[in-house]
Amino acid sequence: MKIPYYPGCTLSTTAKAFERTAMSAAEMLGFTMVEIEDWNCCGASFPLTQDNIMGLAGPTNVLIDAKKECLKEGYEDKVVTLCSVCFNVLRRTNYAFKEKKDKLDTVNFMLEKDYAADTNVYHYLEVLRDDIGYDVIKEKVKKELKGLKVAPYYGCFLLRPQDEVGFDDQYAPTIFEDFLSTLGCEVVDFSHKSECCGSYSAMRSPENVEECAYNVVDAAAAAGAEILVTACPLCQFNLDEKQESIKAHHSDATEIPVVYFTQLLGLALGMDVNDFKLDENRVNPLPLIQAKGLV
Amino acid sequence: MHAHDSHEVEVDEFIENITKMSGEDFSLCYQCGKCTAGCPMADVMDFPPTLVMRYMQMGLSEELKKATSRWDCVGCLVCGSRCPKFCNPAKVMESLRLDDIKSGRRQEEIEALPVNFLKKAPQQAIVSGFRKYVP
Repeated sequence: MKIPYYPGCTLSTTAKAFERTAMSAAEMLGFTMVEIEDWNCCGASFPLTQDNIMGLAGPTNVLIDAKKECLKEGYEDKVVTLCSVCFNVLRRTNYAFKEKKDKLDTVNFMLEKDYAADTNVYHYLEVLRDDIGYDVIKEKVKKELKGLKVAPYYGCFLLRPQDEVGFDDQYAPTIFEDFLSTLGCEVVDFSHKSECCGSYSAMRSPENVEECAYNVVDAAAAAGAEILVTACPLCQFNLDEKQESIKAHHSDATEIPVVYFTQLLGLALGMDVNDFKLDENRVNPLPLIQAKGLV
Repeated sequence: MHAHDSHEVEVDEFIENITKMSGEDFSLCYQCGKCTAGCPMADVMDFPPTLVMRYMQMGLSEELKKATSRWDCVGCLVCGSRCPKFCNPAKVMESLRLDDIKSGRRQEEIEALPVNFLKKAPQQAIVSGFRKYVP
């Protein structure tokens, strides 16, 4: 099974560990992610104002490029993303066009294209659940992650707005929990799993990001989590990178490593942990993984 | 003479513009405060979402122009997801940001960007940051 894959601006650069583990795990689970040709950035945030048609041009171009790939022989008619923001922007763009046909007409006119809002956008987790099946993954797990207390962190863009994204229940999502249980992890429910990490404030108000990150990490620690997993490179960066300054400002702070869900998947499937680039994390997850006897 | 002339309400361009950009019907908001209760940045905001909605209802444009809370908004969309009247304060915050930028009330200086931080930050932070902070 070949599925067209849209990496977006971050996956091939600062989030290589996310991309590599996802692609290797895909091969082990029976599908190949084929990077779409000639893609551009999705804009990294969905335009929230009515008149911002320009903000839809970028993602539309991506959806058009992806559709070309989808129509090739032997390819699935869907594009898969890893970054939750890319996923959010692409799905919302299609939704916006279906809601307001005149927006689609305007963007088609601007781009001199004839997009029909018909590119199917999926997140990697959805492919694992719906196309591969958690039961199949369970059979392929070589090393159960027993005893590892994992807090699934959804963040904002996998879940909101629920009507437009349609990924999972925004208040009580389960896709991450079910996935982690499949790997044998001990899933830790915590209050801040869909609270913001601080997002793009990283650029202008690092103190605001620190506050957001502290709230999330602190809630996870209080719930007994040893490690946080995420599906977004910016969440990973904000939650992990800020822990040094959090420690300086909060005497009660507990350090918790933050990894991509595909890194845990790779670990469970028996991939070499040296390929995970774990040393790039501010809080190194390796000591914990070693202590649990998982490497 | 037209009878309705004396009843004409003075149109505030700023309020009209924000209403148009956001696409919000401000008369729906009944000030329950759920948006502010869920907002992760409410603590640091001068005008949290509930208050922005109220000032828009009242047409208090000068106060709204001076407010800075839109620059603390992280666009997490919790406010809109919790609103019982399906309002979307995040759209209003974005409209206020864009109006600031378009009118020149807010300008970003390239020199002021945290270059060393941006070298290690994910591209995503830079792209969406520019989308939010720069015209």
